[in-house]
This record gives sequence, C-alpha cells and structure tokens, in this order.
Amino acid sequence: MPEQTIIQTSEVRKVYGMGEISVAALDGVSISIQEGEFVAIMGPSGSGKSTLMNILGCLDRPTDGHYILDDEDVSDLDKTELAAIRSRQIGFIFQSYNLLSRTTALDNVKLPLIYNRDNKVSPEERVEIARRKLEAVGLGDRAHHQPHELSGGQQQRVAIARALVNDPVLILADEPTGNLDTRSGEDIMNLLHELHEDGRTIVMVTHDHEIAEHTQRTIHLRDGKVEKVIKNGKKHAPRNRKGGSK
Amino acid sequence: MSPSEFLRVAWESIYRNKTRSLLTMLGIIIGVAAVIIMIGISAGTEAAIEEEITGLGTNLVFVNSTFSRGGSGGGTSGMTGGLVYDDGFAIADEVIGVAGVTIEQGSTATIKASGVVLEGVSILGTTPDFPSVRDIELDTGRYFKQQEVDQKQKIAVLGSSLAEELFGDDDPIGQVITVDTTKLTVIGVFEEKGMVGDVDYDNRLYLPITVVFQKFTPSQFAKFRGDRVRVIYVEVDADANLDDVILQIELLLAKRHDVSLESPDFSVTTQQDIIKTQEATTAAFRSLLAWVAGVSLIVGGIGIMNIMLVSVTERTREIGIRQSVGATPNDIRWQFLTEALLLSLVGGLIGVFVGVGGAWLFGWASDMRTVIIPSSILLAFVSAAVVGAFFGFYPANKAAQLDPIEALRHQ
Ligand SMILES: Nc1ncnc2c1ncn2[C@@H]1O[C@H](COP(=O)(O)OP(=O)(O)OP(=O)(O)O)[C@@H](O)[C@H]1O
Ligand SMILES: [Mg+2]
Repeated sequence: MPEQTIIQTSEVRKVYGMGEISVAALDGVSISIQEGEFVAIMGPSGSGKSTLMNILGCLDRPTDGHYILDDEDVSDLDKTELAAIRSRQIGFIFQSYNLLSRTTALDNVKLPLIYNRDNKVSPEERVEIARRKLEAVGLGDRAHHQPHELSGGQQQRVAIARALVNDPVLILADEPTGNLDTRSGEDIMNLLHELHEDGRTIVMVTHDHEIAEHTQRTIHLRDGKVEKVIKNGKKHAPRNRKGGSK
Repeated sequence: MSPSEFLRVAWESIYRNKTRSLLTMLGIIIGVAAVIIMIGISAGTEAAIEEEITGLGTNLVFVNSTFSRGGSGGGTSGMTGGLVYDDGFAIADEVIGVAGVTIEQGSTATIKASGVVLEGVSILGTTPDFPSVRDIELDTGRYFKQQEVDQKQKIAVLGSSLAEELFGDDDPIGQVITVDTTKLTVIGVFEEKGMVGDVDYDNRLYLPITVVFQKFTPSQFAKFRGDRVRVIYVEVDADANLDDVILQIELLLAKRHDVSLESPDFSVTTQQDIIKTQEATTAAFRSLLAWVAGVSLIVGGIGIMNIMLVSVTERTREIGIRQSVGATPNDIRWQFLTEALLLSLVGGLIGVFVGVGGAWLFGWASDMRTVIIPSSILLAFVSAAVVGAFFGFYPANKAAQLDPIEALRHQ
C-alpha cells in the first residue's frame, strides 16, 4: 500500500513587500511529507522556517506555487476556508505557547472545539474531551489553573493538548522547546515522540541538532530554499491514521 | 461558534473590565435614564395640568381683550376697543346659562406688614364670584361682597403662602397691611391651591377689582368708557350648552362694543382650547426630548465604538490565537459585535432602572408628578440596541480583518 502524502508543496514562494525592497522569504520550496512522518526543519535565523510553517499551517498563503494538504489544494482558499482547514486538519504549537491569558488550561484546550463546525459537540462533551487531552499530556490536575500559574513546560503541554483536541491530521510545531530549559524541553520532546508513535504526522522547527537527529528527516532551509534533506535515525511510526486515541 | 458562546465570551470580557465597561456604558445609561425621566416628567406635568384645568371647572369660558392686551395702565393710548369692567356685569345679567362671572386685573406692588417688607408681590383685583369660578376655597375669614367691591372698600384676602410670609403663625384676620401706599385690612386667607399653569395662587394678594383700578392701574380711558380689563372669566351652568353661551356672549359684546363679529375686539376661548395649546407645547417639548435622547445615545454609541476599538487593539493577540485554532472572520466579527451589543443593552437595562428609579424619586421629592410610560422604556431599550449594533460594527469588522500572523505577533 503506497504511503499517504499529507503535505505536498511545489515551488512555494512567499514574497514580502513590493518592488525594490521585496524580500523572498521562501523562494521555491518543494517538499513532500508522508503520513505518520516526524520531520524537523532547520536553518539559520531568517531562512524562512517560520514562514514555511505558517503556510503549512494555513495561517498564511503562498505568493506563488501550490500547497496540497491531505489531497486538497489549499493555496487559493479564502480566509474563511483557511480557518476551516486550520480547525479541522491542523494543530499548531508555537514557541511562545500562545495560550489565552486569564483563561484556565481547560478552557484553553476547549477553544478549538468551539470553532469546530464539522464536528459539533455539546458543551458537556467539550469539557470531557478537553479534560482527557489534558490528562494525556499529564496535566489532569492543572485543569483550572491559568497560564500565569503554570510553568513554561506546563504551558507548552497545555498548548499541545489544545493542538490535539480536534484530532488533526497534521501537527506543526515552531520551535516548541525554544523558550524552555533543557529539562522541560526534554519533556515536551518525549510528548511529541509519544504522539508520533501513536501515528501522528509532525513537522517541527528546531535549532537543536540533537533534537533534530531524533526525528526521521531533517529539511535544511537557507535563504528561502531547501538546502538539503537528511535522513535521521527514527523509524517510521506504525500506520495508524490520526493516532486513534481520542 | 454558537450564539451562547458569543454571549459568554462577550460577557466575560465585559465582566473582566467592570470599571471600564461601566464607564463605557455611562453614556447609554445617562441617555436612556434621561429619556425615561424626562418623558415621565413631561407626561406627568401634562396629566397634572389637564387635571388642574379641568379641576377649575370644565365649564369655564375665557373672554379676552384682543386690542388692549395688558394695556389697562396705558393711560390715553388705545382709546378704542377691548373689554371693560361693565362687560362682565352685562354678561352676568343678560346671557342665559351663566353661573358666575369674575374679572381679574393684576399688578405688582410692595407689601408691608408687621415689620415684613415684600417687594414685587403680585396683586389681583377680582370680583365676588372669583372663589367659585376659580374653584378655590377660603381657609379662614371670608371673601368680599359685591357691595364692598362697588364701594371700593380697602380690604384684602391673602394667598396661603403670602399669609405665612407676612404673619407667620399669627392670625392675619383684621391686620392692616400697606400695599404701595394704600392701607388694606385683611378679611380672609385662601387655603392652599398650588400652581395652575405658571400662576402661583398661594403667593398673591386678592382685593376688590375697583380698588386695583383706582389705586394701582389708573387710566384716563376709564373716565368715559369704564375701566378696561384684559380677561373676563365666565362660569357656564353645568346643564347649559357651551356653544350657545359663547354665541350669546359674542353677540352681546359685539353689540356693546359696536364691532362686527368678523372683526371683534375680543376673543372667547374655552378650557378645550387651552388644553389644545398645552398639548402643542408638550409636543414641542417632546420633540426637544427626542433630540436630547438622540444626541446622548449617539454620544454613548461613540463611547462604545471608542472602547471597542481599544479592546480590539488590546486583544489583537487573543484574536490571533482564536484565528489560529479555527475562528473565521465571521466568528471574530460576531464576537465583537455581540460585545458591543451586550454593552449597550446592559447599559440600556441599567439606564431603564436608573430612569424609572430617578423618575419615581423625582416625583417623590418634588411636587411635580412623573408618569412612567412603558413604551418609553421599550423605545429607550431598542435605541440602545440599535446604537450598539451601529457603533459596534466598525470595530468588529476591523477585528475580523486582522491577519492571523500579524495578530499573533502583536504584543
Ligand atoms: N511580515 C513580514 N514582512 C516582511 N518581511 C518578513 C515578514 N515576515 C518575515 N519576513 C522576512 O522573511 C524572512 C524569513 O523569516 P522567518 O520568520 O520565516 O525566519 P525564520 O527562519 O523563522 O527565523 P528564526 O529562526 O529567527 O525564527 C526574514 O528575512 C524576515 O525578515
Ligand atoms: Mg521563526
């Protein structure tokens, strides 16, 4: 059985500004990522890693080229359609967690369910699902804590629970350990590896070679172009779409 | 996102910034409360005036001089036209269906009594029918008789608050007061009557009209045609036909003044005419209120728009987070629109309570009456909602159009 391709970009360009001062943050990026893969993206600062992640996460649209996500060309969708894709297919994890302040961990995890229009769940079910996801990241006892009452590592785990709550086909993490000390960073990486082993597809930006080496592949970017792709040690996860654990 | 979710998020945001929300709502609160209080006062005043006018006796007819308005003291000017004192007696004697006639002639004077000096007191010369036609009763003493009027007796009856000011707790009956230079003996005091229209019945001095003609508004004209008067009040018998009586009066006066009915030097009006004028005035007042209400609601709306714009800026990052997990532009638009609507509706609700309470308090603390008109509450509330939606739209749209990445980058 052929592998299912989740991400397929062809000649994706992203140009900021216009005319003389325009900057091509991405300059013809063609990559393809299979279902169940754990891929790291590396590259010097300013090489276009975040720009690529934002496009892969449907937060942004390419200036040129095509992006096919899970068999659907999403390059030319409008804002509302992109929002629907984000809600349905993507779990985004940010370097700076991006949790709603003055909002409990539980409510933060619930948030994507509120905007999910394909899979309507009752408010009671939402709480139940969110609680299970929090337990899955080991924060069952912190459900009613607000972000400022949690450590960085804990906040990032809440963010991971939130990314999982709509059961996305793709998890994107832009330097998820960038703001964390080594210990909490390791915790987060362990969590991501667990998710991968459950069958999730993960694309992660990192500056840490050691972390990258534990993934399956590393895509190196430089000046908005793919410089090289390196195979790493990790094995492909068993084929088990969306991880099955809900 | 469901409407209940929008409401919950909006409420949380309003509740979280209690002070700011309250200050924002202040414009709407004041606008709505002001509308309700002012409509309440205007409706109450209207009702009170109508009641008081009717209380004077529904069968009151006013005969006004149209040529010599207020000109009784005008010396030799205006030799022709206008009502004279004797017209009153003629109406009383010759018109069928008249219960009473009173003539009034006013002026102002300085009154001195028992060491108290009051300046600019309004004095009113009247005839014996005055208490009955004007529906006012004596508290102590008596009113003057026709004979005393004819004889120009130097006597006076005091309004209740005037008596109080001049004599305090002492009995005014039999006391002598000096009005300008004329000495008058007090023979009676009216009971409290209050304001009718803009006239304070209690703060006046009543004396025989002949004394007023002689001492306070002397006129050359009086020597050959009789003393000129401005108004004659005619009380019509309850069972007489009002139109019939009016016609008789008109014919009689036209004959006496030797004028045609097409160009009379007098006019005859009834209570109904006065109520109609009153209604026109109230209508004008109402439209003024509508402007006041409109302006305060618009100011309130601008306040809401302002604070919503601040809120959108402050919560840019929150908007970005919501967008990143799947909120559509419409979700964001509705979230902020709901918040603006809720702000104005809660403001409107508080305004209704403040307004109803304020109107009640006002009616209780002052002697003015206030009436709460249910439709005014509805009107105020609906306007608040419309204002919220209108002024909330621009900030909500602004929020909806934010770019997710830029919003997330916002600090
Ligand atoms: N909104 C923007 N407007 C203009 N230029 C931008 C914008 N966003 C990114 N860029 C430019 O695009 C290029 C790539 O930026 P990007 O954020 O993708 O880099 P990165 O690889 O994520 O870097 P880092 O490792 O520092 O996060 C940079 O040169 C940056 O200046
Ligand atoms: Mg970056």
